[in-house]
Amino acid sequence: MAAVAFDRVTCTFAARGGSGSYTAVKDVTLRVGEGEFVSVVGPTGCGKSTLLNVAAGLLRPSSGSVQIVGEPLAGINRRAGYMFQSEGLMPWRTALANVTAGLEFRGVAAAEARRRGEDWLARVGLTGFGDRYPHQLSGGMRKRVALAQMLILDPRILLMDEPFSALDIQTRQLMENELLELWGADRKSVIFITHDLEEAISLSDRVVVLSAGPAAHPIGEFAIDLPRPRDVAEIRLTPRFIELHDRIWRAMKEEVLKGYAQTRNRMAS
Amino acid sequence: MRKYLRLWQLLLLALIFILWQVLAQPNLLPPIVWENPDRAAFFFGEPVKIFRVVWEWFSGGAIYQHLWVTLQETVLAFAIGSLLGLVVGLWLGLAPTASALFDPYITAMNAMPRVVLAPIFMVWFGLGIWSKVALGVTLVFFIVFFNVYQGVKEVSPVVLNNSVMLGANRRQLLRYVYLPSATSWLFSSLHTAVGMAFVGAVVGEYLGSARGVGYLIQQAEGAFDINTVFAGILVLTAFALVLDFAVGHTERRLLVWRPAQSETEQL
Repeated sequence: MAAVAFDRVTCTFAARGGSGSYTAVKDVTLRVGEGEFVSVVGPTGCGKSTLLNVAAGLLRPSSGSVQIVGEPLAGINRRAGYMFQSEGLMPWRTALANVTAGLEFRGVAAAEARRRGEDWLARVGLTGFGDRYPHQLSGGMRKRVALAQMLILDPRILLMDEPFSALDIQTRQLMENELLELWGADRKSVIFITHDLEEAISLSDRVVVLSAGPAAHPIGEFAIDLPRPRDVAEIRLTPRFIELHDRIWRAMKEEVLKGYAQTRNRMAS
Repeated sequence: MRKYLRLWQLLLLALIFILWQVLAQPNLLPPIVWENPDRAAFFFGEPVKIFRVVWEWFSGGAIYQHLWVTLQETVLAFAIGSLLGLVVGLWLGLAPTASALFDPYITAMNAMPRVVLAPIFMVWFGLGIWSKVALGVTLVFFIVFFNVYQGVKEVSPVVLNNSVMLGANRRQLLRYVYLPSATSWLFSSLHTAVGMAFVGAVVGEYLGSARGVGYLIQQAEGAFDINTVFAGILVLTAFALVLDFAVGHTERRLLVWRPAQSETEQL
């Protein structure tokens, strides 16, 4: 049974300024298996985040449906953890209090929440940073806190929206390796959104390519048969990786150019 | 220069008072401005006499009951006004329909010069402290209200969505997201709010009361005792500075989570 199954999902928004409408994604049918790591790549502004919001239950599709582990999704997806592209940490809470926020919302006793929070901070390599506020942490550390904040609730499904795109390349590869390690421990189902094809290939079991928006839809799926466990920095140098990258890039290129042209036209008009 | 900044500031203050004293001396300036040599002192007072009044107030203990009344009024006006502003700001920030309904009324009430309400409050609440508190509340409320309202509107949607995904229900969102976010906005308006509470208290006293520093000033003015008026102003200013310092101290304690400007300041 699929962990997440999109069935002909279409999302249409009323266009800003009144008249007309904008279809972000159209007729998306996509299945993410139990324990599978799927990356969705596509040109900027193609509606990747829209798909993730639909899976999270933050956005209701205009038509089509989403099933989570065989059940139709109604309201917020309680089985999913969501890691946002931009800062989602509460700036008025310390790192530890941010990590334990979800437990607090669920009514877990303070001492128990604290113990588990400390444990998770240690697992993401932030022992001793629990009493720092987000603004006192580096970008990479904040991402670790966000990761621990999500994983402490032990969600079956992870929704990740370009979580590392704001980091520098070294920190990013470090975080990718840590994500893989944490994921490898209990194999949750992951939908990982990115515009970085290398990141997608090095992390995933499968890469789905979306067309340029509007009305974005999957135009190709590629199984990534690279062996695990992987080191994201090293695997990029293997011949099989380069071969896969080449194939997927050829499928994507046209769409990227299309997306670029659209952005340029929008800017011009 | 920077090292002795405080010293220079004090020196400047002393200079101003000395200049003031000299210019107000009778017969020092040639009689082109004032035909009567005592006029300058009559209109502008003399710092030496002003300080003597202040000294007598504090050494004789006459000032303390007045200061205490003014402080009570200020603190009460500030507390009640802030609480009302916070509650109404949160409510209207979260209820778009109510906010749309009340919008013109709030704009109108904010535009109204509320000091003119003082006589009405005196009729309603009497000459005691509560008419002054009421005036202060009307001044404080709007500052806090607008700040909190704005704060609620500008809560980061990502932080909100993140909290929702972590399992927060509506009540928890209010308590753990909207309230802390609004409180930080409340604190950014704190200095102005305390100042306004103070203005409400003093203006209220000035317009009619039997106690308070504003009352002292009003009495002295009635007797054309300009030195006592200036003494009252001096005490009020010092008092306001102390209040402002206390607020700054509280702010620093409570908003540790906010990035301080100095942390990124160039050395």
